[in-house]
Amino acid sequence: MPAEKRQRVIEARGVKKEEMYELRLYVAGQTPSSVRAFANLKKICEDHLKGKYTIEVIDLLENPQLARGDQIMAIPTLVRKLPEPVKKIIGDLSKTERVLVGLDLRPRVGTK
Amino acid sequence: MPRGRPTLVCGGAGSGKTLFAMEFLVRGALQYDEPGLFVSFEESDRDLKQNVMSLGWDLDKLVSQKKMLIDYVYIERSEIEESGEYDLEGLFIRLSSAIDSINVKRIALDTPEALFSGFTNQNILRSEFRRLFRWLKDRGVTAVITAEPGERTMTRFGIEEYVSDCVISLDQRLFDQIAIRRLRVAKYRGSQHGTNEYPFLIDTSGFSVLPVTSLRMDYQVSTERVATGIPRLDTMMGGKGCYRGSSIMISGTSGAGKTSVAASFATAVCQRGERCLYFCFEESPDQITRNMRSIGIDLEPWVKSGNLRFRAARVTSYGLEMHLSIMHREIDDFKPHMVILDPISDLTAMATGHESKSILTRLIDFMKAKGITSLFTDLSHTGDMEATETKISSLIDTWILVRDIESGGERNRGLYILKSRGMAHSNQIREFLLTDKGIELLDVYVGAGGVVTGSARISKQAEEDAANIVRQEEIERLERELNRKRKTMEAQLAAVHADFDTEEELLKKAIAEARMREKVLAGGKGKMAHLRGEDKNPNKTR
Repeated sequence: MPAEKRQRVIEARGVKKEEMYELRLYVAGQTPSSVRAFANLKKICEDHLKGKYTIEVIDLLENPQLARGDQIMAIPTLVRKLPEPVKKIIGDLSKTERVLVGLDLRPRVGTK
Repeated sequence: MPRGRPTLVCGGAGSGKTLFAMEFLVRGALQYDEPGLFVSFEESDRDLKQNVMSLGWDLDKLVSQKKMLIDYVYIERSEIEESGEYDLEGLFIRLSSAIDSINVKRIALDTPEALFSGFTNQNILRSEFRRLFRWLKDRGVTAVITAEPGERTMTRFGIEEYVSDCVISLDQRLFDQIAIRRLRVAKYRGSQHGTNEYPFLIDTSGFSVLPVTSLRMDYQVSTERVATGIPRLDTMMGGKGCYRGSSIMISGTSGAGKTSVAASFATAVCQRGERCLYFCFEESPDQITRNMRSIGIDLEPWVKSGNLRFRAARVTSYGLEMHLSIMHREIDDFKPHMVILDPISDLTAMATGHESKSILTRLIDFMKAKGITSLFTDLSHTGDMEATETKISSLIDTWILVRDIESGGERNRGLYILKSRGMAHSNQIREFLLTDKGIELLDVYVGAGGVVTGSARISKQAEEDAANIVRQEEIERLERELNRKRKTMEAQLAAVHADFDTEEELLKKAIAEARMREKVLAGGKGKMAHLRGEDKNPNKTR
């Protein structure tokens, strides 16, 4: 993952706005779990949201004041800004099942 | 509190933890130039600001002056899904940037237990807690952390494990339907601290703690005497009245006239140009003023001139600590020379015996240290006049009793001084009259059945006046008798003298004649001898 302020990975062509998934991944520097989270996220998006997502990576070490807006405490945190309602998933996203449930891509069936 | 270390403030809902934490920051910012950060996990910053507005703290102003920051950390459980490993670095980053922005020295976390409801992984949470407090210590900030008490542990989630340098517990409980607050320093590593519970209040200027045993008895006393407003009473006390700064109690049965005597004292104080603070617990100030007017004491002009200030409250309005605190405040504000509590019987009845004596001791100590004369009225019950509700008589320097004397089908009032430390005082009971010209103290008559008062006294007085007149007349009669006798004697004496004078004259004449004859005879005899040519006989006697 290149160390830029923001990185957008846009895979959207001719998709309706209501179906777009706007995702934000908050990290704090290049920690192993942050790297893992990004990798896991990309994989999940490719598998389940192909062509319908944008991922924005925000590094809080560079922009600490942004933690307030989305009330970010845990790192890494994935925030689904769209579609509403806002959803948060914390952790390195290694538990795919939970990520999908969190993103509302799969209905909840009990807890794992 | 220990600098640079975390202090845990533990208490139930409504015990004052948030306010404690907030006051810690506000005072730090205002008085000690230490900027503060308030991290609220439960209330929004807008709610917080509004809540503390009633204490006169303008948080917006402090924020704009860069003396304070308020951060609202909101955790919504339902929003969060946990997937994999994480830590709370986001929180650290947030705190860090806030601390650096205004160089925060004091921080309050209210209450980080909320994190437990947001995140389920207890292991991660606990290790992050440990990290947090070490991190705060490293940054040299003094932290106050609030928490609720747990069932078997000190705090619900056991965070006392990580914050163990200093623990303060706040408690609010009901006693006889009145809420009282207590504070206790449960732990303070490395220092000697009082571990007792101390009562405290939260009022319009924040927390105030009044330790139960506060003052030493090392105040100075005055030898100045102050008038009581009733001249006869002054004379009963060695002619001068009470000592300034002493504690005076007027006790008596209901309706005996205690308030009237207290009002006299108040008037005397005002007339000297001094200030009197009158706490009334039973009657309203207007009622007292009206009632006193009927006995010729007008308190209204003194209220207007600012010499007399009334403060009324029903005793059951607040707890004793609150009363004490209010009285302290009023005394500090008005700086009176005399304080009157009318009556204290309700106050003392509110607490247990030990507590009320303690409260009064503190109050009296406080006033003596300032040289304020204190006056208490106390309701006593017939039958046991000389025992007060809580045996507080040992705290009192001068004790005046007003009691009813029943005789001859009437009840009249008598007043006497039971004790007055440091002066000679009369031991006589005086009859105590409330006339429309004020209070009068009269001598009592001791008749055959004891003290005589009221109409019996008037009749006794009339009797004595009559007896006086009779005695007076008797004396005059005797004097007249004496005069008469003297005159008689003198006349007699004059007559005897006159007789004597006459006799004396006669006798003197007779003596003179006899002497003349003698002379003639002697002369004649000599001539005859000569004529006879007698020769002198030397032996012949003549």
